[in-house]
Amino acid sequence: MKGNHMKELTKGFFEQNPVFIVVLGLCPVLGVSTQVSNAIGMSAGVFFVLLFSNIIISLLRKVIPASIHIPAYIVVIASLVTVTEMVMHAFVPAVYSALGVYLPLIVVNCIILGRAEAFASKNTPLDSALDAIGMSIGFAMGITLIAFIRELFGSGTITLFPVGGFSGVINIPWFYDNPVRVMALAPGALLLMGYLKAFFDWKSSRKKGK
Amino acid sequence: MSYIAILITFIFINNFILVQFLGLCPFIGVSKNSENAIGMGASVTFVTTVASVVTWAIYYYLLVPFNLQYLQTLSFILVIASLVQLLEMVIQKISPPLYKALGIFLPLITTNCAVLGIAIINITSGYNVMEAFTAGLAAGLGFTLAIVLMSNIRERLDLVPVRKAFRGMPIAFVSAGLMALAFMAFDKALITNLHLV
Repeated sequence: MKGNHMKELTKGFFEQNPVFIVVLGLCPVLGVSTQVSNAIGMSAGVFFVLLFSNIIISLLRKVIPASIHIPAYIVVIASLVTVTEMVMHAFVPAVYSALGVYLPLIVVNCIILGRAEAFASKNTPLDSALDAIGMSIGFAMGITLIAFIRELFGSGTITLFPVGGFSGVINIPWFYDNPVRVMALAPGALLLMGYLKAFFDWKSSRKKGK
Repeated sequence: MSYIAILITFIFINNFILVQFLGLCPFIGVSKNSENAIGMGASVTFVTTVASVVTWAIYYYLLVPFNLQYLQTLSFILVIASLVQLLEMVIQKISPPLYKALGIFLPLITTNCAVLGIAIINITSGYNVMEAFTAGLAAGLGFTLAIVLMSNIRERLDLVPVRKAFRGMPIAFVSAGLMALAFMAFDKALITNLHLV
């Protein structure tokens, strides 16, 4: 029993990583991954929405009639996204404006509707919560990896959140003087995604071969 | 901004797929052959255009008078979902051949980021109703342009040897990246140089 719970949690990390293996919800992944801080902000938003939508939908799974389940899920998700928007607007306005249109677009993020449909509608609230936490961590790892590579090569900096006297921006010596600008722009995101996906496909095919 | 400037902006300069990454899921999923790509493009263009006008009206005639702007996301997605359902039924009734061509794509469009994206962008840009209509049309056309070009590239990719790890999705992303590189030639300066502002 315990092993099963662990599996629900960890399957999102690598085995079913939403970004690189299942390839869902790419719009925010590529759209906001110009800075590490944006990636962390987006991960936090997705984590909150996914966790609560999975729990709520799992609790309501016997109440929602099958014929209107998609609209019902969308209402739950959209309300949670509205809450996220308001909280971010109030407490972290810089992140809110950096995420821009991609924040409300969490509503149509395929990961969240996908997990609701494929997992939360069939499983207990506890398993659904673990599934949501695992998937969010997988998503966070994916988007942060992409943002890290893009920001490192594209502008030679790593932007985190300002704390006290620390401005939040770390300059990486050599890269800062020789930035590969294209990495910070749209084509860089698509090219990087292609190469990373090829790398992960290659890794998983090697694993299967063993 | 003039209407031509809005058209050029959303088709080329801020192309929804290649620059803003809105609507990537269908772009990668449905671009394997050009027939489907054209069907998907036409459906998206249709829905973005109608949804732009409808969500604009909802926002300015329903949400603003009652001070309910914070319900924007929730109301837009519900309106878009029902609109897509309605369009599906109307097309089925009026034109069965068109339904046959677009029918399988319409249900997928509700969760297409491009539709909700253009609805929100119309509001944040402060467009009037005609500008919103133009932006919706242009966003759809830009989507169609990118997905049709992509499907042609992928049809050719089927005929050439590709390394095993790159087969399928990775090579599609790399091709899209190269396309995006070409689209960078369309810069905001284009609008000023053509004296469209």
